[in-house]
Amino acid sequence: MSKQWLDRLRRAAPYAVTPLLVVAALPAIGPAPWVTLTVAGLTMGMMLFLVASGLTLIFGLMEVLNFAHAAFVTLGAYVTISVLRPLAGWTAQPSLVLNLAALLIALAAAAAASGTLGFVFERVIIRQVYGAPLRQILITIGALTVIEQLVIVLWGAEAIPLPKPASLRGSVFLGTSSIETYRLFALFVGLAVAVAMHLVLTRTRIGLVVRAGVEDREMVQALGYRIRRVFVGVFVAGTALAGMGGMMWGQYQTLVTSQIGDGMIILVFIILIIGGLGSVGGCFIGAILVGLTSNYVGFLAPKLALGSNILLMALILLWRPRGLFPIAEH
Amino acid sequence: MTNGDQALLRLDGVHTDIGRYQILYGVDLLVRRGQVTMLLGRNGAGKTTTLRTIMGLWKPRQGGIAFDGRSIGGMDTPEIARLGIAYVPENMGIFGKLTVRENMLLATGGQGFVEEQLDRVLAFFPALKLKWDSPAGSLSGGQKQMLAVGRAIIEPRRLLLVDEPTKGLSPAMVDQLVAALLGLKSEHTTILLVEQNFRVALAMGDDVAVMDQGRIVHSGSMAALGADERLQQHLLGLSMAAGT
Repeated sequence: MSKQWLDRLRRAAPYAVTPLLVVAALPAIGPAPWVTLTVAGLTMGMMLFLVASGLTLIFGLMEVLNFAHAAFVTLGAYVTISVLRPLAGWTAQPSLVLNLAALLIALAAAAAASGTLGFVFERVIIRQVYGAPLRQILITIGALTVIEQLVIVLWGAEAIPLPKPASLRGSVFLGTSSIETYRLFALFVGLAVAVAMHLVLTRTRIGLVVRAGVEDREMVQALGYRIRRVFVGVFVAGTALAGMGGMMWGQYQTLVTSQIGDGMIILVFIILIIGGLGSVGGCFIGAILVGLTSNYVGFLAPKLALGSNILLMALILLWRPRGLFPIAEH
Repeated sequence: MTNGDQALLRLDGVHTDIGRYQILYGVDLLVRRGQVTMLLGRNGAGKTTTLRTIMGLWKPRQGGIAFDGRSIGGMDTPEIARLGIAYVPENMGIFGKLTVRENMLLATGGQGFVEEQLDRVLAFFPALKLKWDSPAGSLSGGQKQMLAVGRAIIEPRRLLLVDEPTKGLSPAMVDQLVAALLGLKSEHTTILLVEQNFRVALAMGDDVAVMDQGRIVHSGSMAALGADERLQQHLLGLSMAAGT
């Protein structure tokens, strides 16, 4: 085999991991549960992608590792509670239109609240610690604690139930496989956001600047672009996406606590590392891999479920130490 | 070197530190309008630091930098770039994951490609046309350098700062690149060019400034330096004069 073909194979190999996992799981699980688990895995992956995509861009563009990202997930989930409470009349009725309208309002509110807090957070906290990774870790972990405590002050320490809207409860059947209705909704929203993000990144000038900035921000500045302003925009968008992820995750869990973001963020960091820090495409594939692995392993070997994604990360890093789709400088 | 009226860029006593280390010790430099000024010197003399300081990528601790009579020493890099100064760094600054077209598009400002300008660049570097939609990371070293220079001139610029464009290129690629740079020179583009290859410097330069240990130790006409072997040997060492 020629060197050129080997290079092509090496470049294409990361794309084959997810299909191989899906195909390999089929004989081990059996067709009916396989469909259910695959849809569940994809849904979980999409929700994780919402949160992880913003964080990977924030890191890629300015090398800011924001451990407080979990707080924006938590805020999104709690804002959803506050928005859906007065809309209980809409969510209780078995009307798909009213239910979806309520969820979309909650989704927009969660994104707006987290994005607004993200703007303030970037201006007040993050801008003080550019280029100082150790201080970034300390200050963002500190900020995470403060925001979570503020959430407890505002919404209380008790877990708050967040029931799904009436028409998104229950399941639909695909042959003999049962699929939760809410998962289909979450899958659709996640895919829609992923497509929108892809279009913005590949078809717009600002997307071009962001992609270039992730590779070499100094050169982007030398071409006349104010990278700090671009970064503020990316930070706000990233935190807004985290808020959306919090809304979707809270509804998925049907119970919201002040630690809801913390539980998710561990998986999010695994996704970032698997995908290659700074890579949105890698983040998408990493999120799907983590979602599928959690669900398949949870079914096949429940005792291994907790550590399955760490094992997945270790295996991928042994194969590709900088992740599946590394960005040049990181 | 010349009278001040012709100066497009002037550095007066520029001191630059990188971290705890001082790299530039009072650099005085003048770049004339429409001329190619060569910046020569041994490795570590401070040539790259000088270009990066002009571009605002490192801030001068002391001294003044004036572009067309306007002080730019305290400006941020994007503001400096918007004055019409283009920079081709030593590592070329190519965005490898972006296509050749996207790399070029980034340098065009808001309005996209102007057909005339694009045709001009592709006339200088026809190889880029063949790789237009390929990721820039897949180009050869010479093609990347062409892209870097092409990107710098895709819009009319008032000053080009180019850092060692021929470094690591094959002789054929060097010839191609020099031909393109000579084309720019014939259009009276103002260029400040860092170069280790003396043969290239001689072919390109109108003026020359030689650096050593963070200072300008000689400035004058390139032709005069080219004609004085003893001065070449004294300022640059044998290896440069041998045309490596």
